[in-house]
Amino acid sequence: MSSQIIDQYANKLGEDVRTSVHTGSASGTDKRFKVLFDDLPDANGLRTTAGNVKQHTLDHLDKYLEQAERALISNGAKVHYAWDSETTCSQVENILKQASARTVTKSKSMVSEEVGLNESLLKKGYDLVETDLGEFILQLDGDHPSHVVKPIIHKNRAEIARTFEKHGLGEYNDEPEIITRRAREFMRAKYLAAEATITGANFISAESGRLCIVTNEGNSRFGLAGARIQIALVGIEKIVPRDADLALMLNLLGRSATGQALTVYTEFISGPKPVDSVSGPEELHVIFVNNRRTEVLDSNCREILRCIRCGACMNVCPVYRQASGHAYRSVYPGPLGAVLSPLLAGAEGFSELADLPKASSLCGACNEVCPVDIPIPDLLLRLRDKGKREKSSNAATDSPPMGAWSWVAKSPSLWRASLRSANMLNLLPYEKIPFGPLGRWTKDRTLPPWRGGKFRAWVKNREKEAK
Amino acid sequence: MLATLKNYHLLQNIMAKITLLKTPPERVLFMATCLCDAFFDEAAKASVEVLESLGIEVIIPDAQTCCGQPAFNGGDWKASRSVVRHTIKVFAGEDPIIVPSGSCAAMMFHGAPLEFEKEDDYQAVKETGDRTWEIFDFIYNGLGIKEWEGSWNGRVAVHSSCHTRGTGTTEAISSLLGSIENLEILDFAEPEQCCGFGGTFSVSFPNISRNMGNLKIENILETKPDLLVSGDMSCLMHLRGLAEKSGRDMPVKHAIEVLRDTVKSEQKTNVLTNH
Repeated sequence: MSSQIIDQYANKLGEDVRTSVHTGSASGTDKRFKVLFDDLPDANGLRTTAGNVKQHTLDHLDKYLEQAERALISNGAKVHYAWDSETTCSQVENILKQASARTVTKSKSMVSEEVGLNESLLKKGYDLVETDLGEFILQLDGDHPSHVVKPIIHKNRAEIARTFEKHGLGEYNDEPEIITRRAREFMRAKYLAAEATITGANFISAESGRLCIVTNEGNSRFGLAGARIQIALVGIEKIVPRDADLALMLNLLGRSATGQALTVYTEFISGPKPVDSVSGPEELHVIFVNNRRTEVLDSNCREILRCIRCGACMNVCPVYRQASGHAYRSVYPGPLGAVLSPLLAGAEGFSELADLPKASSLCGACNEVCPVDIPIPDLLLRLRDKGKREKSSNAATDSPPMGAWSWVAKSPSLWRASLRSANMLNLLPYEKIPFGPLGRWTKDRTLPPWRGGKFRAWVKNREKEAK
Repeated sequence: MLATLKNYHLLQNIMAKITLLKTPPERVLFMATCLCDAFFDEAAKASVEVLESLGIEVIIPDAQTCCGQPAFNGGDWKASRSVVRHTIKVFAGEDPIIVPSGSCAAMMFHGAPLEFEKEDDYQAVKETGDRTWEIFDFIYNGLGIKEWEGSWNGRVAVHSSCHTRGTGTTEAISSLLGSIENLEILDFAEPEQCCGFGGTFSVSFPNISRNMGNLKIENILETKPDLLVSGDMSCLMHLRGLAEKSGRDMPVKHAIEVLRDTVKSEQKTNVLTNH
């Protein structure tokens, strides 16, 4: 009999991948903790405030979206709205077509993964290169990110060196410095040749229409320097009300994501290049992507849209550390993905991913590290309830039925009888019904001796003695 | 340096009852929990004895069963709500409800209100939750007892159970045990990491659960403790079970048993003077 899909995936995971993921995420957690609490007197207070700012924005998203659009337009940007994946891809393609651009650089954007932009453009014959080193390696390998901030957390340097060798980027050499230099040489030519560049945006200020993009490699900047056209893909939840809010968000983002006080490059883009500026895109297109975000906003899990994609929840998550990001079978892994992915899959796709919210011991570490204080365990529980109500088979896999147990737990006399007879062993939830009594538990663990009724007997005895 | 326990109790994701009770209650209702009912009677007895040693009358409702958490976590909220409805009836009244489990206590004051959000009896559930305390949180933060008289020779590792995140429990256990003479509290690596029990998680994700448990055990045994304690028997049942099955020696006890063991001799007089 099989366990849950993610557990099976974890069990088959190669030791090298598990080690890479575990080491990478654990070091992320330690660095975050040190920097956040050393630097900030009340880091947890800031997390609460940031959560309130994002929640307020979501609660008034209609207003802020309009305000952002107005500000962007007055800055000279062109604003587009994309309802779903297909529209997003076709809007990008239309912009490229109109500008006669075929060569494109692209910096990291999770929403582009969500809508399958790379596949769509490459199929149409565009020359598109990912300029974030990790994403570039994934592109070479035909792989997908397994972490929102460290997309190749599942790879080690030997693997990367082999990939470079295979793709003609030099003889095998696994020195990180050599790998980086080779990628840089390859990339420089691409930056100069590119006609357009695609970016994401970490935040967008409704007040000023400023796009804020953070990177550690400066790749998005290089992309902007070379290209005539910038297309920014922005999930509608990326808006913050004011420029001042960026200070709060940036203070938390770098520290939560990589343990840096600030990422190496923080760009504020107010529009296309001014006429007298020597470089920069002449056109700035901002595509606000919905892709079911309004459905999420309408659900009882809307708090997940506060997420600023720092990855702290996956770094700290013991399940993610054992299973790796790919176990989640979706763009967003870890606790974030366990909530967001089934929701973004919509009514028709929810059932397929309804096991994701079960992939948690509900330990709450994700909530504890979240820079915008998303109550992730509560949302996981709400989705479990939804999975059960919608009778999703993936949610039910290997979850013991609770019917008999709840009957007994409602009836004191049945409960006491169960205690005396050890019949509760057949009702307690840690037991796998079809596997024989306690099979799943006792495979790796002993069970303490049964002492059902002993406490109650002690109580009775004391009462007797007291009389 | 790895994250230390001290910084992990600051959060308020789970409502913490950090306010001192205005008047110490004369009487409390005791919820033994289903695990203590079935396996760990010693932890339940110790809880009663410690409370009584503080001069508090302990009422133990006979009709009590379970807090409803197994079905709640399993996603069967309908089944869970039916059990919660039974439980709030059993624990009706105004007396504080004391639980020797951070997990079951959190179910009462956080989990149950969550699954009753849209139910007509939400208020009753909320009200019951509001007077439910994990036992260490109650002694330390509710009664304001910050030190524990007594002596216990040995090195103790304290596993901070996940459902006590954001409550006063972790600090309460460490401070009260730490104030006991000759008792040394050990710091082990990655205290914020879950032990891997997680209720039904332990059988639905057996491989991940086992690996998580083994990591925890390695970190704990590294410090060579004489005893591992926690505010939740469920974590200890899982960890002890894993250790024993693989031939590793790791004695475990509910932290309240250590408090009881250090007062046992004076206990009777204490009760007498107070009643």
